[in-house]
Amino acid sequence: MTNTGKWRDLDKLLSRPGNLVNPGFEPSPELKDDLGEYTKVLVVGAGGLGCELLKDLALSGFTNLHVIDMDTIEVTNLNRQFLFRLQDVGKPKAEVAAKRVMERVSGVNIVPHFCRIEDKDLDFYREFNIIALGLDSIEARSYINSVACSFLEYDSDDKPSEETIKPMVDGGTEGFKGHARVILPGVTPCFECTIWLFPPQVKFPLCTLAETPRTAAHCIEYAHLIKWDEVHSGKAFDADDPEHMQWIYSEVRNWHSSVNMILIVLLFILLTLAILSQALKRAELFGIPGVTYSLTQGVVKNIIPAIASTNAIISAACALEALKIVTACSRIMSNYLTYNGLEGLHTKMTEFVRDKDCLVCGPGILLELETSITLQKFMELVGEHPKLLLSKPSVTYQGKTLYMQAPPVLEEMTRSNLKLPLFDLMDKMSKDVIHVTGMTNKDDKKTSCLRKLRIVFKGVDGITDVDMASGA
Amino acid sequence: MIRLFKVKEKQREIAENANGRAPVKKQSAGELRLHKDISELNLPKTTTIAFPNGKDDLMNFEVTIRPDEGYYRGGMFVFTFQVSPVYPHEAPKVKCKTKVYHPNIDLEGSVCLNILREDWKPVLNINTIVYGLHHLFTEPNYEDPLNHEAAAVLRDNPKMFESNVRRAMSGGYVGQTHFTRCTC
Ligand SMILES: [Zn+2]
Repeated sequence: MTNTGKWRDLDKLLSRPGNLVNPGFEPSPELKDDLGEYTKVLVVGAGGLGCELLKDLALSGFTNLHVIDMDTIEVTNLNRQFLFRLQDVGKPKAEVAAKRVMERVSGVNIVPHFCRIEDKDLDFYREFNIIALGLDSIEARSYINSVACSFLEYDSDDKPSEETIKPMVDGGTEGFKGHARVILPGVTPCFECTIWLFPPQVKFPLCTLAETPRTAAHCIEYAHLIKWDEVHSGKAFDADDPEHMQWIYSEVRNWHSSVNMILIVLLFILLTLAILSQALKRAELFGIPGVTYSLTQGVVKNIIPAIASTNAIISAACALEALKIVTACSRIMSNYLTYNGLEGLHTKMTEFVRDKDCLVCGPGILLELETSITLQKFMELVGEHPKLLLSKPSVTYQGKTLYMQAPPVLEEMTRSNLKLPLFDLMDKMSKDVIHVTGMTNKDDKKTSCLRKLRIVFKGVDGITDVDMASGA
Repeated sequence: MIRLFKVKEKQREIAENANGRAPVKKQSAGELRLHKDISELNLPKTTTIAFPNGKDDLMNFEVTIRPDEGYYRGGMFVFTFQVSPVYPHEAPKVKCKTKVYHPNIDLEGSVCLNILREDWKPVLNINTIVYGLHHLFTEPNYEDPLNHEAAAVLRDNPKMFESNVRRAMSGGYVGQTHFTRCTC
């Protein structure tokens, strides 16, 4: 295929005007080149969704991609993580995925990062114009969300300043269901604004598991949470560790003295999941059917079987949104798409609203302060400020506990900070976010609240004197 | 947004060497909520809290309960709390560090307390959990057993249960199991 032929559809989309475009769309043949030259995209996750995302973005004209994933390829990934082959098992997902897409799509450059998302500093994330998430955990989403939102700045009218918005497209799948969403921090709800969308994991009461298991899932949870710990106190269970497997194997041999044993042992070899044996023992004891490999995985690893087509559909939606955000060639989805392919096909777009008091993406309350103000004085100010009126405040700054009202042990540890200048406690940053907890009067009732404050120090320009800070 | 990216690219080149100082790690929403919970703690007088990693790690802490009534009066029981970055979406992980003869706590320290698992809700907080744990010592409950034997003894022979608890707390054997002394 010639180069012009390859991009024919994209060229049409980007070089012709239309009625459904986003404000600011300027159709031109150069737009596609700019897409490659000026847009740096980070794909988070190189699993089922990540593989699709990388391929889709590369085929949508993005040429400057990075991918980050801490996992290595397992044999069970191969059915849907289509960039990987049998000989890749054991290699880093990010590296193999990057290599495969670069081999197939000419002109694209993908930089892999084989590490945890927490291992990268803020400067790493700052480089990217857009972040695409192909993740399966709430923790990881929440982390990336807080990183992306940390770049967001508000002006003195509490309007987000456009050049600080770090857009995210987020995909998620669970069996035949999935979602795709666009997060423009400061404009659309962030992950934290709508964390309630993620249902909490079902937890069985521990004592039910131990005493009166009624379902197969109970047995598996019991084996996982209690039996393993009884024998290997302190050691984390790893379902992929052959030694852990071996332990189970011998356990089973001790347990079953009858003919049953042969059957069970055969079953174990077939199923090859260590924890299953414990679960089966338990299921048998209480006469519960239905302990299977996939159920065991489902309960222990909290995995719902992944469906390749769901990943493909969700990732296509995400890649298209990324293209729309960057080029404005069409209206951006607003703002949360759900997809269900379980019976027929159902999709729905919901426009969720922001939590205006969101601690992560909200503007917070702007305070302009002198560099000389002590923490003590600052706390008094917080009590008098008409928008705050917080009494008994406790203060935290970027993971540093500056002052705590309670418990006494922390109050004592932080008391010496009270007479120090807040500017020093905030590492001499000219402006930054600080969080304050305290009591406030609402309708004559005392309620506790947690507030985000944007502190700007007067007379300090954007550039901190690093030499002074290090006390030369 | 691509026009913005172009502008930013230029700005970045200019600003490249101007200020290399990166802000410190971001606080997760979970940490912030926990900060609020901790600053509002109102513990029973029989309870103390400690932060083994210092004042800047609130996500890992220990709560010590010294019951002043019931079977466990005079004992001292340490619980470790591990709080997730997505707290309060998820309940903290709580384990009993002190080996205890108790119907609702097993010998590995797993605790059967409804609000730690099936009944956890984001409106609950650290204070609620501490009161819940405290309650386990004043009202041990044989209907939700994790330690089978202890539960059966409590149900069938409270007198014997009491003496078993005493023996365990002062560092002795109950059946085949040895307990380390945990009286204060
Ligand atoms: Zn938000």
